[in-house]
Amino acid sequence: MLTPGSLAITGAALCGISGIPGLCPAISARLGQRIAVFLVLAGAATGTAGALWSMLGNLTETWTLDWTLPFGTAEIGLDPLSALFLLLIFVVSGCCSVYGIGYWPAEKRGLAFFFGLLSCSLALVVMARNGVFFLLAWEIMALANYIVLTSGGDSPEVCEAGRTYLVATHIGTLALFALFAIFKVTTGSFQFPVAAGLDASPLPATAIFMTALFGFGLKAGIMPLHVWLPSAHANAPSHISALMSGVVIKMGIYGLLRTFSFFNNIPLWWGILILVAGIISGLAGVIFAIAQHDIKRLLAYHSIENIGIIAMGIGAALIGEATGSPSLVVLGIGGAFLHVLNHGIFKSLLFLGAGSVIHASGTREIDRMGGLARPMPYTAVFFLTGAVAICGLPPLNGFVSEFLIYFGFFTGIREGFSKATPILALAIPSLAMIGGLALACFVKVFGATFLGLPRTDGAARGHEAGRPMLAPMGLLALLCLLIGVFPAAATRLLEPAIRAWAPGLSEEGTRLAQAAPLSWITLLALLLITITLAFTILFKRRVAGAARGKAGTWDCGYANPSASMQYSSSSFAEMLVRLFATMLRPDCHKPALRDLFPKGGRFSSHVPEVVLELIMVPWFMKSDVKFSSIRRLQHGQLHLYILYVFLALLALLAWAT
Amino acid sequence: MTHILIHILLVLLMPPLLLGVIGKTKAFFAGRVGAPYLQPYYDIWKLMRKGSVFSETTTWLFRAGPIVTLSVAVTASLLIPLGNHSAPFSFAGDMILFAYLFGLARFFTVAAALDTGSSFEGMGGAREATFSCLAEPTLFFALVVLARLSGSLSLSTMLTGSITTLWPDSAPSLILLAGSLFIILLAENCRVPFDDPNTHLELTMIHEVMVLDHSGPAFGYILYGAAMKLFVLGAFFLHIAFPFKAGDPFLDWGVFIIAMLLLAVVIGIVESIMARLRMVRIPQILVASTILAAFALVLVLR
Repeated sequence: MLTPGSLAITGAALCGISGIPGLCPAISARLGQRIAVFLVLAGAATGTAGALWSMLGNLTETWTLDWTLPFGTAEIGLDPLSALFLLLIFVVSGCCSVYGIGYWPAEKRGLAFFFGLLSCSLALVVMARNGVFFLLAWEIMALANYIVLTSGGDSPEVCEAGRTYLVATHIGTLALFALFAIFKVTTGSFQFPVAAGLDASPLPATAIFMTALFGFGLKAGIMPLHVWLPSAHANAPSHISALMSGVVIKMGIYGLLRTFSFFNNIPLWWGILILVAGIISGLAGVIFAIAQHDIKRLLAYHSIENIGIIAMGIGAALIGEATGSPSLVVLGIGGAFLHVLNHGIFKSLLFLGAGSVIHASGTREIDRMGGLARPMPYTAVFFLTGAVAICGLPPLNGFVSEFLIYFGFFTGIREGFSKATPILALAIPSLAMIGGLALACFVKVFGATFLGLPRTDGAARGHEAGRPMLAPMGLLALLCLLIGVFPAAATRLLEPAIRAWAPGLSEEGTRLAQAAPLSWITLLALLLITITLAFTILFKRRVAGAARGKAGTWDCGYANPSASMQYSSSSFAEMLVRLFATMLRPDCHKPALRDLFPKGGRFSSHVPEVVLELIMVPWFMKSDVKFSSIRRLQHGQLHLYILYVFLALLALLAWAT
Repeated sequence: MTHILIHILLVLLMPPLLLGVIGKTKAFFAGRVGAPYLQPYYDIWKLMRKGSVFSETTTWLFRAGPIVTLSVAVTASLLIPLGNHSAPFSFAGDMILFAYLFGLARFFTVAAALDTGSSFEGMGGAREATFSCLAEPTLFFALVVLARLSGSLSLSTMLTGSITTLWPDSAPSLILLAGSLFIILLAENCRVPFDDPNTHLELTMIHEVMVLDHSGPAFGYILYGAAMKLFVLGAFFLHIAFPFKAGDPFLDWGVFIIAMLLLAVVIGIVESIMARLRMVRIPQILVASTILAAFALVLVLR
C-alpha cells in the first residue's frame, strides 16, 4: 500500500539497515561504505518523497504497532508537522552520507552503521505518537549520536566532549521522563493527545511546559542549556557535526513544537518566555561565536544563535495565539518552520565546507588558514553561499525566514497594545543586532579562511575536495538560492504544517502566502541578481578595454610584509570581543614590554565557555565536596545496587497503596 | 509613470552632486574656492575609463565587492520613496529588505578588503563590521517607531503619507528619531565625525582604508555606490526631519531636490566645524543613538 506514511517508514528502515552489510567482515570496507551510502540515499529519496507527499497533500495517517509492553498501543504517525522535520532529516542525512565517502576512511566501519541508526531513530522520533515509544527512539538517537560523535579519535578533547554530551542528554531525557509522566497523569495515557486538546491554564500544563522547555531546550541548545553543544560539535567528524547541527538539535525544537500543539488557551507568558529565551540565545550565541578561533566551535555557537531565532518565531506565534492575532501566529510559526529548514540546509553546508577546509589545511584553527579560495574555488563559493545565507542576507534563504519573523513582529506591534507589545518591539532591534553580529562573524571566518595569503604551510598546500564532498555542498547551496529566490514554493509546503500545529486557525483564514509579500521578495531578488549581472558585464568590458596591471597588495611603504602580518580572525574580532568583555571573560596573555628594545614575546587569547567553565563546573565542584558523604552509597557492589532497586520498589508499592 | 521615470533619473544622476556640494561647503569654510560642484562626476567618469591594477593576492571576490555594493545601492534606491512620491517598488515589509540590502553590500565590501591580505584593510573591515553592528539596531528602532505611528509596514506609506500630520502629536519621539538617524546617516556614510572620507593614510580610517587597493572602474563603482548610499539614506532621513510637502506633484520634486542639497550643506557644515572622534568614542556615540531611538519607541508604545 503506497501512502506517504509507508514511504517515510520505508525510508527510515532503509537508513536503519544501511550500515549492516558493512559490518560483515566478508565485505570489503570500501564496498560496505558504498552500500551504506547507496541505502541511505535510497532511503532518503523514498522518505523525502513521502514527506513531500504528506505536506503537499496535507495528509495525516497513523499506524498502530502491536507490542506487548504495558504502555498502551504504540502508534506511528505522519502529519505535515512531522513531515516537515522528516524532509530535513532525509535531505541532510543523504547529503552527509555522500560527503562521508570522501571524508571518512572506509576502514573505520562502525561509523556508517551508527550513522544509519541515527538517521532512522531521528525519523522515528518525529513519527512517534506514544510517549514511551518516543522516549525509546529518543534514547536510541542520543546513544547513536554519542557513538558517532566520539568516533573521531581517543584524544582527551573528544572524550571530554562526549562525556559532557552524554551527561547533558541524559539530564534532558530525565526531564522528558517527568514530562511524559505528567502527561500520563493528566490525560490518563501515554498516547499523544490530539492537537489543541488540552487546556493550558491548569497547573499540570505549567509543569508540562517547564519540563518540556528544560528537556527539549537542552537538546536544542537554548542558552543557558547549551553547555554540551560547542565542544560536541567541534570534536565530531565534520559530516556528523553537520547532521547534529542541522538536524539533531532540531529534535529539541520539534519536541517543543509538538508539546505546544497539544494545548489550547495558551497563556501569554509562555510566548513571552520563549521569545525572551530566543533573544538571549540569539544574542549570546552570536557574541560567543565571534570570539572563537576554532572554525567548528564557531559554527556550533551559531547553531545556538539560530535556535534562538527559531525560538523567537515560536514565541511570536504563541503570543499571537494568546492575543488572538492569526497573522502573528502564521508569520511567527511560518518563519520558525522555514528557519528550521533553512538552518538545516545552510548550517550543514557550512559544516561540510568546514570539513573540506580542515581536510585540506590540516587544522581547525581559523588563524592558521588563509588564501584557500585559490586552491579550493568550489568549496569557497559554496561556503560563501552558506555564509551569506546564515547572515540572513538577500537573495538567499536565510533572509526569507528572518523576514517572516521580522514581519510577524512588525504586524504584532501595529495591532493594538498588549503586555507583549514592548517585548515584541524589543525583539526587532535584537534580531537586527544578531544579524549585524552574524555578518561580522562570517565575514571574519570567510575572510580569514579563504581570502588573503595562506598563513601556514598547511594552508598553502590546500587542495580542492573530491567530487563526493563537493556534490552535497553544491546541492545544499543550490537549495539556499532556490528557497531565497522562490520562497512561495517553500511556504506552499509549510502551509499544512502550520495548520497541523495550530488547528485553531480557520481553514480559509490567514495563509502565509497572503500574510507575507513573497512574490515581491522573488521580484526584488531577481531584480537584484539582474542588476548585479548587468554591472558585472559592464565591469568586465571596462576592465578588458583598458590597461591592466598586476602588483602586490599596497603595503603602505612597509619594506617586508609577510603573510603572518595579515589581519587574523582574532584581530578582526578584537573590537567586538572587547565591547562584550563583561560577558565573554576573555583570557588574554600579553608579553610585557619593558626595555626600549623589547624581546620577542607570545600573545594568546582564549574565550572560555563561560556558562560551563565559570558557572557550572565550579558549582558542581562545590556540591561534589558538600555531598561527598552520600558517596558512600555508591560503592560499586552490584548486589547492593540490586537491593536498592528492590527497596525503592517496595517503598513505592507501600506509597501507592 | 512620469514620476517613476523622474525617480529613476534622480537616483541615477543626483548622488554625485551631493558630494560636490559637501566639498564646496567645506571649501567655503576653509576659505578656499574648492573643486567645482560637478567634480565627483568628472572623477567617476575618469575612473571608469582608466586601467586597473589588481593585487596578485586577490581573487574574484575583490572584484565582486564594488559590483555588489553598487547593485545593492541601485536596488535600495528603488525601494525608498523620494519627497512626496512613493517608490517604484513598494510593498508591506519592504523596509526589512531595504535594511538588509545594505548588509549584503557590507559583507562584500569587507570581504573584498580582506581579500587583499593587507592588515591595513583588515583593520578597516573590522571597524566597519563592528560599528554597523551597533548602528543596525537604531535603524530598526526607527522603523518600529514609524510602523507604530503610521500603522503601515511599507516605506512609501510610512514615510510619505501621514508623516506631516504625525508631527504635531508625536513631535518628541520624532525629534529623538531624527537626532539618532542623523548620527546613523553620518556613521553609515563614513562622514566626519566618525570617519574622514578625504584621507586614506590614517590609522583611524574606516571606509576609505577598505577600498585602498581598488583602482580604475572598480573604484569608480565604489565612489558612485557610496554617493548613492548617501543619497538613499539621506532621503530616508529627510522624510522624518523635513516633512514639508508642497501639494503639487512636480513642485514636490523641487522641494525634495532643494531639501537634499540643503542636507548636503548641513553635512558639509558638520564636517567643517567638527573634528573626527577618537576611535574609542565611536561605539559610545552609536550606542547613545540607539538609546535615543529606544526612547522614541517608549514614547510611542503607550
